[in-house]
Amino acid sequence: MTTLTKAAPPEADEPPARPPRRRGRLVPYWLLLPGILWLLVFFALPLIYQASTSVQTGSLEEGYKVTWHFATYWDALGDYWPQFLRSVIYAGAATVLCLLLGYPLAYLIAFRAGRWRNLILVLVIAPFFTSFLIRTLAWKTILADGGPVVGALNSLHLLDVTNWLGATDGDRVLATPLAVVCGLTYNFLPFMILPLYTSLERIDGRLHEAAGDLYARPFTTFRKVTFPLSMPGVVSGTLLTFIPAAGDYVNADLLGSTDTRMVGNVIQTQFLRILDYPTAAALSFILMAAILLMVTFYIRKSGTEDLV
Amino acid sequence: MAALAPFSTFFRWLRRNLVVIAGLLTLGYLLLPNVVVTVFSFNKPKGRFNYSWQEFSTDAWKDPCGVADMCGSLSLSLQIAFWATLGATVLGTMIAFALVRYRFRARGAVSSLIFLPMAMPEVVMAASLLTLFLNMGAQLGFWTVLIAHIMFCLSFVVTAVKARVMSMDPRLEQAAQDLYAGPVQTFLRVTLPIAAPGIAAGALLAFALSFDDFIITNFNAGSTVTFPMFVWGSAQRGTPVQINVIGTAMFLIAVLLVVAGMVVGKRRAKKSL
Repeated sequence: MTTLTKAAPPEADEPPARPPRRRGRLVPYWLLLPGILWLLVFFALPLIYQASTSVQTGSLEEGYKVTWHFATYWDALGDYWPQFLRSVIYAGAATVLCLLLGYPLAYLIAFRAGRWRNLILVLVIAPFFTSFLIRTLAWKTILADGGPVVGALNSLHLLDVTNWLGATDGDRVLATPLAVVCGLTYNFLPFMILPLYTSLERIDGRLHEAAGDLYARPFTTFRKVTFPLSMPGVVSGTLLTFIPAAGDYVNADLLGSTDTRMVGNVIQTQFLRILDYPTAAALSFILMAAILLMVTFYIRKSGTEDLV
Repeated sequence: MAALAPFSTFFRWLRRNLVVIAGLLTLGYLLLPNVVVTVFSFNKPKGRFNYSWQEFSTDAWKDPCGVADMCGSLSLSLQIAFWATLGATVLGTMIAFALVRYRFRARGAVSSLIFLPMAMPEVVMAASLLTLFLNMGAQLGFWTVLIAHIMFCLSFVVTAVKARVMSMDPRLEQAAQDLYAGPVQTFLRVTLPIAAPGIAAGALLAFALSFDDFIITNFNAGSTVTFPMFVWGSAQRGTPVQINVIGTAMFLIAVLLVVAGMVVGKRRAKKSL
């Protein structure tokens, strides 16, 4: 007992307690300052400028003035509502196709790929490094008139179905809505696969075993366990696909015709060729507002489903 | 009945592997254009357009810069992507650390400011940025493109770095400080190495996004021609085979880099065991 008390270090020799840190309260602000300033000046401020441009009148020669001319919005909507509608339909169709095509691949990578997992992930991401314009131009070759895809669709009589739907035109696929939707689906598919994969990968495999032990058939397991648990991935994947697809004009330009023009094409032409800045600004704002509305509605809807 | 047995086993196999088959078909859909790009890099087209197969030739591979202005636009894109990556990675990493490590006022506002550029159609950002530049009387060109690229890459870097820093154990830094490491030493020898994969992922993403961007560049480049803009122009004027050569080379380099990274990572993991 005595040796033990002797071994205990004398209290006085302990180093003095460190003073509580006082500096560092401003650190987060210094860390944020440059980046946030960048976003404020080159992201937020431009939106304000654009809002003001959309209510200006005037001409390129005499200059524009803010006259609170809100009629530009009505005129733009009146002139270009078909393009708006088309954007929503094409982007919606592409999003649904991305979900249908992307889910099996994400599932495969997450649960069935084994040691091939990393290789398949690389193959999903690597096409990103070939310019998407080059890859979109390749679709011109794939979907060309009289090419293998058109031939296959024709012999399967699928072309009759798409013709009836108005998605193709006679023996052509290129320069029709089907080609544009195909290009959109292709271009934004990785944006669906990656979030789906991330959310599927987090699912505990034992839950599948448990479902099987409780005599759930594979499809029931999928419907009651896997799919609900992958909802965060489905929601973010859908948003990441739909939003850029709705604003895209490259696919409609390269793979479509004048009958497949989307809002993005109109904004681009108004801004860069016709130089009608107020109309272009108003169109961008309508597009932005429409997307924000749809996204809020969708998040609310899917959010409640998630809770149930 | 016996004759049908192979069919029923085939169907059973098909049903069991339905997901795998569907997934591989999707993978094929994703890679089909890359196959076409590769095959057509060996084509010898008759006209200006390289859309239909004529005959095999390696001319374009022997002379990749044989097209006027193409390699110039390529090097310009690489330069812009390099500086945009550097800028966005530095600024984005700082924001990510501030968001994860500190509680401060306006945190919600900052988070939404980070989120919004990712949730906005590119054409809207492109047009509004052009409005700003026109109003300021800025000369469109290299600098306006670089500013725009840093702007839209920033959010993606923040997201990538944030994910990594959030999963990091703060006790590691406390342990370093308990072992009398100063704040600078702690950051350089503990925090930064742990956050490095997230920062690398963010930088890689920024590079790819910047290098490939067409929409925002098209609005804000003036008469400056980046590689995607060269490709866009050539789609109207006639596409040289060399474009397919560059596309194929980029794909191969990406695959090689990632595979090399994986091999090095595995070796390092083995060593640390």
